[in-house]
Amino acid sequence: MKMTGAQILIQGLKDEGVNLIFGYPGGAILHVYDELFRHPDMHHVLVRHEQAAVHMADGYARVTGNPGVALVTSGPGATNTVTGLATAFMDSIPLVVISGQVPLSMIGNDAFQEADIVGITRPCTKHNYLVKDVRDLQRIVKEAFFLARSGRPGPVLIDIPKDLQLHECDFIPYGDVEVRQRRQNFTAHRGQIRKAWDLLKESHRPLLYVGGGAVLSKASVELSQLAHMAQIPVAMTLMGLGAFSGVDKQSLGMLGMHGSYYANMAITDCDVLVSVGARFDDRVTGKLSEFSKHSRKIHIDIDPGNVGKSVPVEVPVVGDVKCVLKELIKMAQDDADFLKEYHRRLKPWWEQIQGWREKAPMAYDQGPKEITAQYVIDTLYKMTDGDAIVTTDVGQHQMWAAQFYKFKEANCWCTSGGLGTMGYGFPAAIGAQLARPDKKVICVTGDGSIQMNIQELATAVEWKTPVIIAILNNRFLGMVRQWQELFYDHRYSEVEMKVLPDFVKLAESYGAVGFKATTPDEVPKVIGEALKVTDRPIVIDFQTTLEDNVYPMVPAGGAVSDIVLA
Amino acid sequence: MNDNEHSHTISVLVENEFGVLARVSGMFAGRGFNIDALSVAPTTDPKLSRITLITHGNDQIIEQILKQLNRLVDVLKVVDLSSEERVRRELMLVKIRSGNHQEKIQKILQAYSGNLLDQEKNIAILEFVQEHDKNNEVLTQLGDFEILETARSGNIAMQTGKKILAT
Repeated sequence: MKMTGAQILIQGLKDEGVNLIFGYPGGAILHVYDELFRHPDMHHVLVRHEQAAVHMADGYARVTGNPGVALVTSGPGATNTVTGLATAFMDSIPLVVISGQVPLSMIGNDAFQEADIVGITRPCTKHNYLVKDVRDLQRIVKEAFFLARSGRPGPVLIDIPKDLQLHECDFIPYGDVEVRQRRQNFTAHRGQIRKAWDLLKESHRPLLYVGGGAVLSKASVELSQLAHMAQIPVAMTLMGLGAFSGVDKQSLGMLGMHGSYYANMAITDCDVLVSVGARFDDRVTGKLSEFSKHSRKIHIDIDPGNVGKSVPVEVPVVGDVKCVLKELIKMAQDDADFLKEYHRRLKPWWEQIQGWREKAPMAYDQGPKEITAQYVIDTLYKMTDGDAIVTTDVGQHQMWAAQFYKFKEANCWCTSGGLGTMGYGFPAAIGAQLARPDKKVICVTGDGSIQMNIQELATAVEWKTPVIIAILNNRFLGMVRQWQELFYDHRYSEVEMKVLPDFVKLAESYGAVGFKATTPDEVPKVIGEALKVTDRPIVIDFQTTLEDNVYPMVPAGGAVSDIVLA
Repeated sequence: MNDNEHSHTISVLVENEFGVLARVSGMFAGRGFNIDALSVAPTTDPKLSRITLITHGNDQIIEQILKQLNRLVDVLKVVDLSSEERVRRELMLVKIRSGNHQEKIQKILQAYSGNLLDQEKNIAILEFVQEHDKNNEVLTQLGDFEILETARSGNIAMQTGKKILAT
């Protein structure tokens, strides 16, 4: 059977289980959109800016674990996806982005709406393709999904010239499409896992340091089992939140620059550090020479490139986190007598941790007048029983959300951890809501960030997604202002949002619901009202304290143990 | 090069596709690694190409280079030949103003198994195939001549014995 490039593409997406794509049409992708018109079962979300399409696909991917798909045209359509791709690349999120390209014969001619998007996105995709022959398209689509999902996941871009979308070739059934074999490294060396267990057995002050790899590998059950069997405390990175329940008594919450005092003290003082799908990012380690310097380190990661990149490791274990944890659990089960002794051995360690917890618990002071940001997050947390999906933008609100919304499970937290992309949160929330209509979705954002993709209110209204957009409005680019206050002697250079829209009116003009809270007692009231809305987005303008700072804080370049409490 | 930095010869087997060299060189540029020399050509299997890279760095940098090369999807095999028994050769062409010193040129050609490829009036092109360092020696020997230009391939290399670069 003959098929056109456009038909092959849509069929390829269906064969990969895709039924929802985010996109924006244009000249060089017209043939694909014309084909899409014939497939009412392939839902297409028309965004208002291509960057948002990629963030929506990203939000979709983070809550489902499946690749999100975006479809855009050539030139500016394609270049607008770059921030979305880079965001997903830094956080290892599986995406497939398809861009139109000018016709084959025009490539390199500086044609209208031509951009070398394969060249532009080479460093911010896991892999990318320019399709030059329609006979390669089926293989490339299948490979793209395989690469996006496998190993360390990531975004893949496919660039399809316009004329090629109409070229015909024989269609091959999905199962017969041959994908080039790629090296994969899922199963770690058993000897290394044994070494890891043996090292752990020598510890008196162990710590599990859990990152986004544990979420990507869907390893929550195994992580919880191992942590409980051995009674080891668990600290999570920003990306790892939810991999281990934040309400579990063994959880120390988040570590790093704005992590809890007790998590940061634990990582400083531990004697064996087990990194589980984390990568010793600079926001976690602080000053490298002072980082956890008395500990012997085990590093479990699927990407060998992460191991030994910034911190020397005694026992590297290269493999899928879930598989490795399963093996460790087996070894622990065979060591039942040892575990009893081990639990006794860890008692002083737990007492020390308890001391740190009492010295500096994660707390805030909500007075009668001004709304504190922490109170808003805490109220959202309580009124949703901690069961919502939370997305964020980047800045102070992101850190407060990470500190005060305690996630019980994985895939409920979408935040741009690596790239730190303002404008990510709201589109990600729409993608997450479309993937999980059963869940309450809240976008915690700031008055700066929300304006970077606020045009998607139209998309959210059109798709009737009841996303709650909680704007912590302090009329500043708060995190930058905090740094200027602390490290630039209060010189507030270009951080004040002197003009802001009336967010309530803005929401209403799009057909969304708008609320405003100016006093603490209004906070639970408007959240209660917002939770009742089921058929459109809700914008809440929380007028919060203007110049509050995020604490605890590890000063940039300082040692983790230099953590400042207030 | 600092004391703890060493030169490494790395052989890379890649898919013979457009853009692969850009991926490899882009990885070096993007992560701040250096390429001292590079050569690339298809293998006997036309679907594969072989890249030989000369780079330098301390142990940690070289380890990262090898790991990051391995991460590239089109890269099928990476071997650091510096830790292996191997032979290395570089092709060097040198254009000189030969003047009236034919005898001296012949001596250098003989000593380094070079060839005279072209002679036009008093301009000569010499060819040498030997290790990079040996070619440096030749340039010193040619010090009395005006060297008009040089073209060098950089070392390419191969493991000795039965070891081969294959997937």
